[in-house]
Parts: sequence; C-alpha cells; structure tokens
Amino acid sequence: MDIEKSTQELADRLQYIKDIFGTRMSEDVGLLSAKLAEFRSREAGAALADKVKMLSQLEDLFVFVEKKLDPELTPMDKVRIVRHPQRITLKDILEFCYDNYTEIGGQDEYSIDPSMVIARAYISRRQGDKVHNQPVMVIGQEKGHGQDFRNGGSVKPWGNAKALQYMKVAETENIPIHTYVFTPGAFPIEDYPGAAQQIARNLYEMAALRVPVIACFSEGGSGGAEAIALGDARLMLSHGYYSVISPEGAGAIESGIRQGQRAPIELIESCAARLKITASDNLRMGYVDRVVQEPPLGARPYHYDFFKRLRQEMVLATDEAFLSVKGLNFVRARAIKRRKQAALADSESFFVRWDLDEGAADRLVWKRYSKFRNLSRHAYLDKTRLAGRVADVLRQMSWSTYSYFRYEFLGTYGKKFRHFLEEAEAEARVVAGRVLRPFKSTGVKKVDSQTIQKLTALSCAEEGVCLEGDGAGGYVSPKAREDRAVSCPNAPSHGCLDLWAPDLFGDFAGVCQYCGHHFPMEYQWVVHNVLDRDSVMEFGQDLEAGNPLDYVGFDQKLVDAKKKLKLKSACVTYEASIENMKVVVGMLVAPFRGGTVGAAEGEKFIRALSRARKKHYPFLAYVHGTAGIRIQEGTNGVIQMPRVTMAVRRYIEAGGLYLVLYDTNSYAGPVASFLGCSPYQFSVRSANIGFAGPGVIKETTGTDIPPDYHLAYNALARGHIQGIWDRREIRHNLVQAFQIIGGRNLYYR
Amino acid sequence: MQDVKAILEEIKTSPFEEVQVLAPHSGVVEFKVATEGATVHAPSGTWKEKPGTLLATITRERNSRSIYCTRKGEVKSIHAHLSGTFVEAGTPLLVLRHFFTKDEVTQLILKKVLFLFPAPERAKYLFTPEIDKKIKVSGCQCIKVKDGMELFIVSRMKREKPLNYVGPDGILYDVYFSYDQNVDASQPLISVCPEDQMDVIRDVVNRVQSDWEERG
Repeated sequence: MDIEKSTQELADRLQYIKDIFGTRMSEDVGLLSAKLAEFRSREAGAALADKVKMLSQLEDLFVFVEKKLDPELTPMDKVRIVRHPQRITLKDILEFCYDNYTEIGGQDEYSIDPSMVIARAYISRRQGDKVHNQPVMVIGQEKGHGQDFRNGGSVKPWGNAKALQYMKVAETENIPIHTYVFTPGAFPIEDYPGAAQQIARNLYEMAALRVPVIACFSEGGSGGAEAIALGDARLMLSHGYYSVISPEGAGAIESGIRQGQRAPIELIESCAARLKITASDNLRMGYVDRVVQEPPLGARPYHYDFFKRLRQEMVLATDEAFLSVKGLNFVRARAIKRRKQAALADSESFFVRWDLDEGAADRLVWKRYSKFRNLSRHAYLDKTRLAGRVADVLRQMSWSTYSYFRYEFLGTYGKKFRHFLEEAEAEARVVAGRVLRPFKSTGVKKVDSQTIQKLTALSCAEEGVCLEGDGAGGYVSPKAREDRAVSCPNAPSHGCLDLWAPDLFGDFAGVCQYCGHHFPMEYQWVVHNVLDRDSVMEFGQDLEAGNPLDYVGFDQKLVDAKKKLKLKSACVTYEASIENMKVVVGMLVAPFRGGTVGAAEGEKFIRALSRARKKHYPFLAYVHGTAGIRIQEGTNGVIQMPRVTMAVRRYIEAGGLYLVLYDTNSYAGPVASFLGCSPYQFSVRSANIGFAGPGVIKETTGTDIPPDYHLAYNALARGHIQGIWDRREIRHNLVQAFQIIGGRNLYYR
Repeated sequence: MQDVKAILEEIKTSPFEEVQVLAPHSGVVEFKVATEGATVHAPSGTWKEKPGTLLATITRERNSRSIYCTRKGEVKSIHAHLSGTFVEAGTPLLVLRHFFTKDEVTQLILKKVLFLFPAPERAKYLFTPEIDKKIKVSGCQCIKVKDGMELFIVSRMKREKPLNYVGPDGILYDVYFSYDQNVDASQPLISVCPEDQMDVIRDVVNRVQSDWEERG
C-alpha cells in the first residue's frame, strides 16, 4: 500500500472541503486537519501494519465527516463544487463510463475550441453470448481540472458550431447522442458565427434531430447549456446546478453595482438560493427528468461507483428514449419503469437496439416537442375563464379544419383540377383557332373605354403620400408633446443640429434628419404606423407574467410594471393586417421589465405561432427591445429558449414565414434562441443586437469592446442579420418582404 | 529655412497652447468647473469613448447639452460672470491651457522645418529598387533627394507606375509608409530635411526627448 499517496489524497480531500465551505464548518475541518497532522507526526516511527490501520481509521473519519457535511451544503456551495478543479470532467466520464472512445477534432489545446469535446464512444452490452458495441456520439463541455486553455467550459461560438456539426453526423449515422453540460455560460463574443446566433442555430436543429439526445447537467449555465441540452431525457447530477444566470451575475444586477466592483458575498449566497438552481429544485419544476445521486460533497474522479451509476443511468435513459417510440417494447418498457424506481438502476440485463426507423424518428421528434410544450405551465398566470378556454379550443379546431380544406384538400386537389382545366383550355384554343381562322378579322384590337380613360386622365396622388387631415386618431408619442429641443448623440461627429421634439418624435418618426440616427420610439408607434388602421386585434391578454420562484421583492416590481404600462407581460400578440395582408404579430415590449422573457411571454409567443400556423398567416416577431431571459424566473425563463424555438421550427416546417425585426436593444436568451433562429432577421437602424452587454463581456473575456460593437451595421457585417431598415420604411419593407419571400399566397410552400 | 534652435526656445518660453472653449450654440450657460487652475482631462479609453471633464452645460429650448473638455490641461480662466445667463453661439466661456508633451513639441518643430511629400492617390507605395536597397543597408537618412528624382513606385491593384519626387533638395528624414499598406491620398509619404540642418534637428529632437518635462 502506498501510504504517502493515500495521505496526499486525504490532504486533497481536506483542501476540497475547505474550498467548498470556506470559513464555515470550522469545527469539522479543524478535526480533520488535526487528525491528519497527528497521523503524519506518528507515521514516521510506526510499523507498516500500524500505519495501514491508522490510515484506514482516518479514511473512515473522512467518509463520516463528508457524509455529515453533505446535508449542510447550500446552493452556493454546490456552485463552488461544480467549479472546483477536483470536480469530475467530461474526460473522466469518457474514461470510466464508456467502454472505448475516440476524441474527434481535438487533442488538448490543439482544437478549434478546447472547451468543447466531442467523442465517438461505445457501450458494450451482452445479449446471451453476443456482445453488442453500441455506438454513441458524446458531446459536452470540458472544464479540464483547472487547465487554462479549456476556458472553464465556456464555449466559443465555433465550439458550439462544431457540436452542431457532429450532432448532424450522429443523425446521419443514426446513433444516439449523449451530451454533458459542464459550462458556466457561453463565451460572449460576436465574431462569426456569433455566440447568440450559433446557440439559436443549435437549438433550431436540435428541435428536430431524428436521433435521441440524452443530456446530463453538472453545471448548466443558461444559454451555453441550452446549446447542447435540448434532449429527449435530461438528467442532472445531484450536486450540480442549472440556472439562468450565475449567482454572481444575479448579485451584481440585484445590488446595482458598476463594472469592476464585486457584489457582497451574502447577497450572492442569497441569490443562489432564490434562483432555485439545485437538482432537486429543477426536478420539482420538471426541467430535468431524473437526478443522478452523487457521493457526499460531490463526485470526484476517484468515485468509481459513481461512474458506474452514471453509466447505468445514461444507458437506461437512452433505452427508454428508444423504447418509447419503438413498436415492440411492452415488456422492456415496463422493466425500465421498474428499474428506474430501484435505487441503483441495472440497465445491462437486457438489450435494446439503438436505432430508429423513419416512423419511430417522427414519433421521437413529436414526443420531444410535446415534452417541452408541456413544461413551465405552472410558471405563468392564465386568467382565461372556462368558457373562454372552451371557445378558444373550438375556434382553434375551426381554424384547423378550414386550413385543412382550404390549403391541403383544395390546395392539392384544386391545383390538380386547375392544371387539368388549363391544359383543356389550351387544347380547346388550338382547335378553335384552326376552325375559326377563315372567319377571323385582321383589324386592330379594340381598346375599351376604361383603358382609354386610365391612360388619358390625370392621375391622382397615391394614397398615403399626403398627410390627411390633422392626423386625428393616429398615434402621438408622449415625447412629441414636450416643447423642447433634442440633441442627436452623433452631433459631435456629424454636426447634427438640434431637433424640436414634436418634429423629431412626430413627423420624423424619431429619426435624426441630419445623420439618420434612430431614437427609440414606443412600441405603439409600430402598432399605429406599420399595421393597418383598425385591423389590430390583440389576443392572449389573459396570460400574465408571474413570480413562480417567489423571488423576494419581485411581486411588487411586477405589479408596478403592469400598472404603469397597462400590460400583463412583456409580450403582446396581435392579429392584424399590413396592406390587407393578414399577419400574426408577436411583440416584445422593452419598457415591461426590460422586455425580458419569462414563462408567460414564452407561452404567448408559442400560442401566437400556433395561431399563425393554424390560420396559415405569416408571423412577424417585432422586438421592440429585450434584455434577455427574466432572471427572477430562473430556469422557468431559460426553458423558454428551447420551448419557443421548437414552436418556431414547427411553424416554419409547416410552411410558415417567420420574420424577425429588431428595434432598440436586443440581447441574450431570446436572440440566442427563437429570434436568432429565423432565416429572415432584419433590424431597424441604430439598434443594438448581441449576446451579452459590454460589462459582461469585459468581465468574462477581460477585453474592452468598442462602443459600436453591437450596432446593427456590425451585426449585418458579421452575417447575423439580413438587412437594416429605416424606421419610416418598415411598413413598405414588410409588405415587400412578405410578398417576395412569402410569394403569391404569403405562404411559401 | 527656419532656425531650429530658435523655434525650440520660442516653445520653451510658452510651453503650452491656450484653447478657447466657445459656446457651440446660444443658450443659458452653467459652469461645472469651479476654480481657475483646476486640472481637466481629455477623452480617454481605447476608442476615446470616455468623455473628458464636464466643463459646462448649455441649455436651449429646455435641452441641456454638455460641453466636455477635449484637451488635457488646466483651466486658465472662466468667464464666470456668464454663469446662468443667455449667451450667443461663439461666446468664449473658458480658456484652457494645454501643456505640450515631448511628442507634441517634436511634432511642432518637425512640422516647421521639414518638407512633407504627400501621396497623390490612395495606393501602396514602394521605393525604387536601388533606393530601397540603400535604405535597407544604411537607413533612410543616407538618401539625398533632388527635385524630379524618380523615387517611388505607385502600386495599385497590380499595376505599377513610377512617381517622381517634387520638392526641395535635402536628406530623407523619415518614411511614413510601408510596402504592404495602402496610403490615402494627401497623406505624407516621406519628410525631407535640408542637408545643413540635419545635425541641428537631430540634436534638438534628442534634447526634447531627454530633457523636456511634461506637466499635468
């Protein structure tokens, strides 16, 4: 027995306990330190047999104390556990959970992004005398036991792009994907493919991957986690965390500190508790399916039993994902159910072939969609009355029926019939032409009087060119009611003269006449000036933003926001028309809690998409402004990223035209999911679009960014958006876009 | 040609520049710097994104606009009697004193004594092969240039043409372009110094770099 090595391991364990608890639990730490020191002092003169005995006693004491301390762990302690260099990493999992593996596209720092590890691995399973090596694509962030180049598991956009590439490879090869989430968050840079846009792309593709994805969370930091975690089964390690924002980030926002300062540690601790980030919290809320129990104080690389358990759980979850959509599964599905209830699942005793036929893959994708669609329903307030709900269901059924006859039945058979008529008419014309040729006159074609009138009379001015009346009934911005001058922020560089507020925010639509800078306008401006007058019908008003985590002090803030803005959430949904083209509009309104997206906003967006799909209308997502996911809702907010993206995918795949228009400032989660996944994203001039704000970038990357880093023109140059529009031309451009991209029926497939 | 030493002495007698801050437009002025002699800062940050010291605000039509300091230095005088009153555009509000740095002094002297030869168009510039060889071996200051001498090759989109130097005779003092970078039209390519002034200029520049005391 190597006494020295074992002693060192105990010293490491002691250091680990000290790192996790800090100054707390000093009695237990003191006891362990004293006993270890005592062992070291007595070890020199003792015989080997005594040494072994003493060491064994000391190890027992460590086990006892670790067990005793485990229930004392606070949520913040768990954050420290997952970030500790001794924490298990993906490489450990690959080594101990899989029977063999080959890392793809990287060897330590020689990788496009060393924080993202991809491996082809296999799991050997026995069926009778036969051994099956079941291949699997393993994808996950690698924290690397303190290796600097791993960047702490903070993945750059190209790392996520690599992950997506190999997910598609797994889909082609028809093998399941195991993803392991070990990230504090994505690395917030905008270089192509862009942090936000790449996560959005990952989510969009994962929404319809035709192979099972099993995700396992250790450190689930918001968008970075979602980039690989949209799975059919989501497991979570018992000492991990899954959160919308790091507790430090939440503390910084709560305390309102400025860049470079640190929030008080007590506040960070309380934020960690308030955000409900632990495995048990997430299991209770339904955002993970199962918790994998770790050894006391968290798994470390020498906990071999834990790796065995993790392997069993991953295999079990994969089996379940396959069996749930396969035809012949009755006995084995029941066996899995029973085994899941057992303390240690034994999945190796039976065999499930890990491949899917076309029909099963369709069922898998549908099941995944349904699973996410049903999440977070408890997290918003739906005040629709029963009669209203029944009426809504009936209405939706009528839309679906109408759409079926109008677009599918008539669309298919009507088209065939029309084609037949066209052919028949052409034939008849040829015959008629030949028969009637001798009797036809060769005179000049007669022009009817209406055409003559059209060509000779003086034309009238086009509608909308001139201001009509005194603009009664139109929208007047409150800023335009002030008698004051306004300076353009570009005045020092462009020499813009001051503008009079009623001119600027009235006639000029908030656009500087000298340099074209766009001042922010209210969302009502778009409602009144872009959508047809009297065509706007709001729906889904009964869905209200709530406080699902009972976040301290947030109830009052919500009440204030609702009262001040006369809105119930940051998302407003309309059915309207633009130049008589019917359209469904989903708006994120910046003044309501910064336009943040929580469960209510996500649900409203999904319902609006569903309405557009059933009625076969194009969808306009107008982002008046969004600061990201609402942190006070914790994972209830984060889960909207995959949820809404899946709904967008379903809408687009059904043939819908999904167009996004950014105004003012749009950042973080929504851009990194259901907005960024649109193939048609446009921006109003002077808008800012990005993943993280300058403060967060400075804090995370340590580099300053130029003041125009997030400006729409730079987003366009990086390829994140498809065009920039002048605010005064939104209506015209939208009509053009709908007609050109949407085609004749505004529905392009 | 001017006497370099005399120029330096002249700068030494008043080693600063006085900057008048004028009202950018009419309005009511409110001063934000209280005392004369107060230190003021120029815009800072990598992209000059942090504005300089707030000197005053000027309010017109209920629109208050800030006037920031653009040069580092100290406040020499404030027209404090204007505080709270309506002023017209162009009214002097403050006088700032900006003390020259070593580089600014050097630039001031060189600007007066050197001849700058500008680029006629936006292109990449190279020296002719024999000149280029000499510069690489013994530095640019070994080259004597003459009016009409074929000195450069203008390279634009793979087409090359010779360019003759036009200007006073002298020694090539410095080169401001590199073979792989485009130079905008009217940007200087080289500076030329009269042969007899060369030693004096070198001496003065060295003295400025070693002895000049920067203030503020």
